[in-house]
Amino acid sequence: MSDRTLITTRNLSVHYPLRGGLIGPRQVVRAVEGVSIEIARGSFFGLVGESGSGKTTLGRALLRAAPITHGEVIYDDGEVEYDLAAIDKAALKDYRRRAQLIFQDPYAALSPRMTVRDIIAEPLEVMGLTKSRAETDERVREIAARCRLNLEHLRRFPHAFSGGQRQRISIARALVSRPRFVVADEAVAALDVSIQADVLNLLKDIQRDMGLTFLFISHDLSVVAHVCDHVAVMYLGRLVETAPTRQLFARPRHPYTRALLSAIPSLDPDERGRAQKLEGEIPSPTNPPPGCKFQTRCPYAIDRCRKEEPELEHIGAEHNVSCHRWRELSEELAMA
Amino acid sequence: MTRLLDVENLTLQFDTDEGRITAVDDVSFSIDQGQVMGLVGESGSGKSVTAKSLMKLNARNAVYGPQTKITLHLDDGPVDVMALRSAREMQVVRGGAISMIFQEPMASFAPAITIGNQMVEQLLIHTDMSKKQARELSIEMLARVGISDAAKRFNQYAFELSGGMRQRAMIAMALSTRPRLLIADEPTTALDVTIQAQVIDLMKDLVAEFGMAIIFITHDLGVIAQTADTVAVMYLGRLVEQGPVREVIRTPSHPYTRGLIAALPDLEHLDKPLTPVPGDIPSPLERPTGCVFHTRCSVAIDGLCQREVPQFTQLDDHHRVACHLAARERGAA
Repeated sequence: MSDRTLITTRNLSVHYPLRGGLIGPRQVVRAVEGVSIEIARGSFFGLVGESGSGKTTLGRALLRAAPITHGEVIYDDGEVEYDLAAIDKAALKDYRRRAQLIFQDPYAALSPRMTVRDIIAEPLEVMGLTKSRAETDERVREIAARCRLNLEHLRRFPHAFSGGQRQRISIARALVSRPRFVVADEAVAALDVSIQADVLNLLKDIQRDMGLTFLFISHDLSVVAHVCDHVAVMYLGRLVETAPTRQLFARPRHPYTRALLSAIPSLDPDERGRAQKLEGEIPSPTNPPPGCKFQTRCPYAIDRCRKEEPELEHIGAEHNVSCHRWRELSEELAMA
Repeated sequence: MTRLLDVENLTLQFDTDEGRITAVDDVSFSIDQGQVMGLVGESGSGKSVTAKSLMKLNARNAVYGPQTKITLHLDDGPVDVMALRSAREMQVVRGGAISMIFQEPMASFAPAITIGNQMVEQLLIHTDMSKKQARELSIEMLARVGISDAAKRFNQYAFELSGGMRQRAMIAMALSTRPRLLIADEPTTALDVTIQAQVIDLMKDLVAEFGMAIIFITHDLGVIAQTADTVAVMYLGRLVEQGPVREVIRTPSHPYTRGLIAALPDLEHLDKPLTPVPGDIPSPLERPTGCVFHTRCSVAIDGLCQREVPQFTQLDDHHRVACHLAARERGAA
């Protein structure tokens, strides 16, 4: 772990027990299993995967909003250092100010009965971060301006705003406590393409100006490619590949990453049908397949993949992949 | 190509407490048999309302313009959709010649009735099949859309299926009545990319097999490029550009279409900054005068675009655009 790392996880697992029947073994949902990642300070870290891959659960575990079953999560922003698996109440309260969340649906995330000013001011009041109403107002106005909301906007209620504007309100609320770490969970997925670019640019500007670290959770690889500097791909609770963005998009090594990339619909009508199609669906996390978790859908699976689970292997500058066959497959595909 | 549908001067307003809102303004288009038309635009552009008008499925406070004419050319002769009154008359189009699939299949299936019973019910209404025949056809259709264990799934409820599976079941149900036109309203938006690719493939196969036409509603131009033959771009209830998919995507001529394409993240050029369409879509209560797009347009012509509604300029046989600037450039050329 370098002193440039904000979040380090070692073998992080999040399991949820399922209430089983009266007989039979007690089942466990392994939502996140053995994840080790490092998120550098000031980075825009992307986390991608299909629904059910565990990306939201991992994001919540890093916020200490999901239970940490095994492993370690170390947060170190230079001022304080916390071990989130064993954090005490007072430290957790401080951590809540330092780590914030932006939600997917800007329609559900804002109370319809509060003015925009009150929505943005609420974290300050709840956490007791300001001493007077004047100070609160000052902080609210400052962050609102940064998120391109004016004074007139602050007096209104959320229903008067469009999706893009609401998402800017959510962002202002997340940032008003001056966090160091922000988890954006599908923050642009509910927005129209024309507005999406606007919110993404705003997040990038804020991250640069305020020196924040972002964990950007998304199922949309083309968005991730544009805003993130580092990407981790998840499948069924495991990391399958992590790499700097450029590296990942230029030389994806895991068959799942390849399939995800080729499933993005091309804007070229003459590219129809070229995509490498992935059969089937992601298996249930209560009943994961043996061996490599991706073997049930992998076109290159061999006997070994069905028996032995691959480890995340370091294959180059910050590039890790968990696939038994990555080396021979890259040679094969390079020849083809 | 045989003509299937003509929509002429479709205008639709809603009476609300806050006044009369224009949702669709003078929209005309045609679809041939077996053709896939993409209908693109952002939320509030009127694309879903336009599609629902084809079955008069809009809410009770909908007021259709007097010039509106929707004609469906069926084997037994043309059907004037606007003239259909009772629910009984409507059966010719609703679930008969036209079927619709929706974005959120969980919300579209009844939660307490099995998938199978819902499929059988609509077949009994729209065809003269016996219950046994309807059941056999339903299971066959489920298998046809790639659902394994179709006989078992037939007896399951919507909540027991995954998202991709539900959307397949929805498609199977919509197609079992053999519609001539399928309206697909954002059918892949709620799905993961890998499942989206599967559903798009399936829909393409079905067009080839059943020869029906599709109106594919989406805000994703990538999906359009992969599926549609023609595209119609809507903004605030107006058609701003339409034409063959290649021409519209390669040589977009309306500033809004260009903006939509520029806003898409481009995987080939990761350094290129993302360019949003500036501003937000105006509230339908504050509909701009003149060209509806002028409030967000970077190339609006002062004094003209604010005042006059642009008429269509024909760029070639099938590609046309409603923009004053494009008309000027065309005139100058």
